[in-house]
Amino acid sequence: MNSIIRKFTVAAASALAMVSAAHAADITGAGATFPYPIYAKWAEAYKKSTNIGLNYQSIGSSGGIRQIRAKTVTFGGTDAPVSGAELDKDGMVQFPAILGGVVPVFNLDGFKPGELKVTGEVLADIFMGTISKWNDARIAALNPGKKLPDQSITVVHRADGSGTTFIFTDYLSEVSSAWKTKVGKGAAVKWPAATSVGGKGNEGVAGNVGRVKGAIGYVEYAYAKKNNIPHLQLRNLDGKYVDPDDKTFAAAAAGADWFSVPGMGISLVNLKGADSWPITGASFILMYKNPTDKAMSQEALKFFDWSFKNGKQMALELDYVPLPDVLTKAIAEKVWTQIAK
Amino acid sequence: MNQNLYRKRIMINRIGISLSMLAMTLGLFVLLWILSVLFINGFKALDLNMFFQSTPAPGTEGGGLANAIVGSLMLVGFATLVSTPVGILAGIYLAEYGDTSKTAEVTRFMTDIMLSAPSIVLGLFVYAILVAQVKHFSGWAGTIALSLIAIPVVLRTTENMLRLVPGSLREAAFALGAPRWKVATMVTLRAAKAGVVTGVLLALARISGETAPLLFTALNNQFFSLDMNGPMSNLPVVIFQFALSPYDNWVRLAWGGALLITLTVLVLNILARVYFRDKTPG
Amino acid sequence: MNTSTAGSGTLDQQSLDDTKELGAFMETSSAGSGMLDQRRLQTVKRQRFQDFIFHKITLSFSLIVLVSLIGIIVSLAIAAWPTFKKFGIEFIWRVEWDIINEEFGAAIAIFGTLASATIAILIAMPLSFGIALFLTETCPTWLRRPLGTAIELLAAVPSIIYGMFGLFIFAPLFAEYGQPALQSTLGQMPLLAPLFGGATNGIGILAAGLILAFMILPFIAAVMRDVFEIVPPILRESAYGVGCTTWEVVRYIVLPYTQQGVIGGVMLGLGRALGETMAVTFVIGNSQRISASLFSPGSSIASTLANEFGEAADFHLSTLFALGLLLFVITFIVLALAKILIIRTERAKGLKT
Repeated sequence: MNSIIRKFTVAAASALAMVSAAHAADITGAGATFPYPIYAKWAEAYKKSTNIGLNYQSIGSSGGIRQIRAKTVTFGGTDAPVSGAELDKDGMVQFPAILGGVVPVFNLDGFKPGELKVTGEVLADIFMGTISKWNDARIAALNPGKKLPDQSITVVHRADGSGTTFIFTDYLSEVSSAWKTKVGKGAAVKWPAATSVGGKGNEGVAGNVGRVKGAIGYVEYAYAKKNNIPHLQLRNLDGKYVDPDDKTFAAAAAGADWFSVPGMGISLVNLKGADSWPITGASFILMYKNPTDKAMSQEALKFFDWSFKNGKQMALELDYVPLPDVLTKAIAEKVWTQIAK
Repeated sequence: MNQNLYRKRIMINRIGISLSMLAMTLGLFVLLWILSVLFINGFKALDLNMFFQSTPAPGTEGGGLANAIVGSLMLVGFATLVSTPVGILAGIYLAEYGDTSKTAEVTRFMTDIMLSAPSIVLGLFVYAILVAQVKHFSGWAGTIALSLIAIPVVLRTTENMLRLVPGSLREAAFALGAPRWKVATMVTLRAAKAGVVTGVLLALARISGETAPLLFTALNNQFFSLDMNGPMSNLPVVIFQFALSPYDNWVRLAWGGALLITLTVLVLNILARVYFRDKTPG
Repeated sequence: MNTSTAGSGTLDQQSLDDTKELGAFMETSSAGSGMLDQRRLQTVKRQRFQDFIFHKITLSFSLIVLVSLIGIIVSLAIAAWPTFKKFGIEFIWRVEWDIINEEFGAAIAIFGTLASATIAILIAMPLSFGIALFLTETCPTWLRRPLGTAIELLAAVPSIIYGMFGLFIFAPLFAEYGQPALQSTLGQMPLLAPLFGGATNGIGILAAGLILAFMILPFIAAVMRDVFEIVPPILRESAYGVGCTTWEVVRYIVLPYTQQGVIGGVMLGLGRALGETMAVTFVIGNSQRISASLFSPGSSIASTLANEFGEAADFHLSTLFALGLLLFVITFIVLALAKILIIRTERAKGLKT
């Protein structure tokens, strides 16, 4: 018995020594899951080039806000922007770091990607359940000459809380007052349609849409593109039907007036611009103006500066949209300068 | 004279036995089905990089599970370090003093319940008492959650094994004037060593595959980390995250990790059985 | 026990060598001088003290389990307090899950948990009975151990593996063949029709129940085997002696004799099924609604926790703790009943005192 105890003590002690020796200071961030892939990609590349690590925990937007308020991380990430008043109260700044799009996808025999057109109102009513058949007169009116089947619509949504859902419901709230009052926007909402099915993650949603004939759902653009899932064409604010791709996302971002709202917390959905894709969203970073660990905050800013300059190609490869140079320059000049060195 | 009744009885017997064999076959079939799916998908993913590279960022080719494997080893290792002495000492108490004490009876009963308690609730518990208090996820939190699952396993096996030790052995030691603690640790425990090791192995197997409690405690880490005070990568959570992702190499790694973890758990289980059988017949 | 007894002979020797006090004690008994008597007394005192410490140490370790159990209930109750304060006990049967407007009720998750676990039990019970019967009655002795181990290995496969298997392999097949087959057979019967209605997409409460069935099967089968084996051979043999068939022996002798233990085993399986997380999360469909059809997606308490914990804030978080507390209480009751039944069976047969 003694020898067993001795062995344990030795093992525990050596393990502890190992742990403390390996303790290196990484930049830490936590929050939104939507931008996790690109932050992780940037972090990997940044570590290769500078040997400074960045550990971003994708624990969800509200978790990110919780963590930064608790000052356990250097920056927080959120898909739902924090209001200017709250930023002031907490002494924080907020800036966008990456843009991306959400795409409605469907499964209907005989329809190829982009062959079905809908408007925002019709899309909202489908997800509301008020339009429950594919051959509904309102869908038919938007798609003259197409033969729509007499098939009921199954709504597929995310079961887990997600930034994707936030951006999508933000759009539906923007285009439909009924949606805004009855459902609202959030990382997870109460889906009103009687036929709705939840899927876990993009995979779960795509899988359900792929399996169920007559299904409609929404996924991150990267997912729809990689798996070639048929998407819907959407009518944007300018009345033009557009397909989702990096150009239409960028067009949406170009129409944005970032500094119109304190904390840059504008919504990118349903913006004007002939080519703008209406369900576009940004993911934001939260940092303290007067952080406890000033050096670490500067490291984090260096990381974002590096990523904005060198990470554009990576973002495009993952089907995100990098911020335009004008904007990153403005962020550096107007926002980052507020953070005490 | 009652040929019909006899035939009917034989018939019912045949049907019953056939159905029971069918049930057995179905059970074996499901096991083989799951394992073959795992092996087919897992071996496709298995290569050396899996052990030497960390989890890749999306879109990065290749990559491995090195950080998750090491993280899992550390979490499970520390949990074993914590739960083995605790479980054994508690088991000794139940075996040595447990027959007369009401506390012991209650403890034994509660331990049996903890054996089957939902592991996700243990994760919630550790989140509430540790993660929410220190305000960050950590390897230690994961270790505690896993220990809470492992302790009842070690405890109950230890107790059962100690009870199997022949009374004459203990009586002989007492007759020599040995104090109780020496009898317990140096006579009974040594005699029941094989059984106790079995318990530790079973506990190890049980916690190696646990996912739910780690979701709220150790979380995950993209990079290689040995810092138990920070979020820690681990195989089950990586599998959970990667299996549902849109990226091909992530899904591939998830299957590879799944194979790795299942093999570990199965080998531990079989080892525990073989070891126990060899050391203590009956 | 033979080998270990032989082994511990040398161990005893060794432990005696270690034991200086004991050596002193032996010396004194032969010498018997007053000073040595003093030493003997001291030794006994020291040993008494050591035993006292040993008792307290092992006691405190065994209390860890008890303390953590109480800690779980208390800490979850504290974290869940805002929810119960707002909705009261009504929270348990409210059919509502609206995160944005912070209107919550546990009924949907409880329904999903109970429904999937019930399906699992209904499937696993006859299967494990068959397996236990086969392994205790008809299986050739040399095959018993390997086959028994194989069934037990079903329990060793990690939950998340069942989940991946269920979602990627089982669900597509179930959607393509299983569900249409059910719909065209059972789904045509007047009373059962609503149970098998709706879209056939492979995931949902029934799929979760099926996967769960195979996860809990080894636990039930193990208990059944154990209690079947405590039936006194004399009963069994007398029955065979008067010409009973194997089936009749099991049906009229073994089963009535072990009834409570069998029910206990089933309850143990039920307890497992209720709290199962990862596998269920993958296949239950994760929709916050109650529906008559077994094909429709639902959510269990555990799957709701796994899905929503990450993005939950403030009040929503407290609600999830409330769900966790309910889950713990439900499984606690079920497992406690199971345990009591199993103990009673074993005690009645004189295996435990």
